[in-house]
Amino acid sequence: MTVSTKSTLAFRALAAVGAASLVLGALAAPAAARDPAYAAAKSSGQVGEKMDGYIGIVGSGSPELRRLVDDINIKRKAVYAEKAKAQHATVEEYAFTSGCLLIAQTSPGEKYQAPDGSWKTRGSGAPERDPRCP
Amino acid sequence: MIMPRLTGLRPLATSACMTGSKRNDGRSGHGAWCAMAVVLAGASMLAGCISVNAPDEPIVIELNINIKQEVIYRLAADAENTIEENEDIF
Repeated sequence: MTVSTKSTLAFRALAAVGAASLVLGALAAPAAARDPAYAAAKSSGQVGEKMDGYIGIVGSGSPELRRLVDDINIKRKAVYAEKAKAQHATVEEYAFTSGCLLIAQTSPGEKYQAPDGSWKTRGSGAPERDPRCP
Repeated sequence: MIMPRLTGLRPLATSACMTGSKRNDGRSGHGAWCAMAVVLAGASMLAGCISVNAPDEPIVIELNINIKQEVIYRLAADAENTIEENEDIF
């Protein structure tokens, strides 16, 4: 076997692996899992859903948590902006609407922001929401 | 042909400060008095200042006041899909 055929084989193998991972990546993209740190912060009530459609830190967060919250909120804003444009709405309107839904979707034990601005823990009943929420 | 003269014998500046300081070649006489008057005026303005302190409580600005309910109802279905599609950040 010559050097050139060896390298060709190696290249083909690499290409196959690359293609496979691309396909897997494309399949996995829509069902991307939540960052474990974010999931933990959410379920433990360290972060809560705000009325404006973003997450906020409940109490005094660590710099790490602040970075996580900023990262999520920046990603959310990008999604809101894109979708709001398609709906001919403002980013704030779209984000607020999402906030209504996200507060409604909180699980018992998670934190959310009540219309008066205070943090509440979601109980078994309906959360306190802005009267404009659907 | 007579050319107009742009600079005359008289000093162009007419205020007391400027003519005074020129005549006295610097920092004495009228100039000093004027400087003192300026300092005094500044001091009196400082004495009349109103001090404004930052409030201890954070200022909350209500940004959602203009969002109408009809808009929220229109966007709700689409927003619900968006949340489902982007599970990782919601």
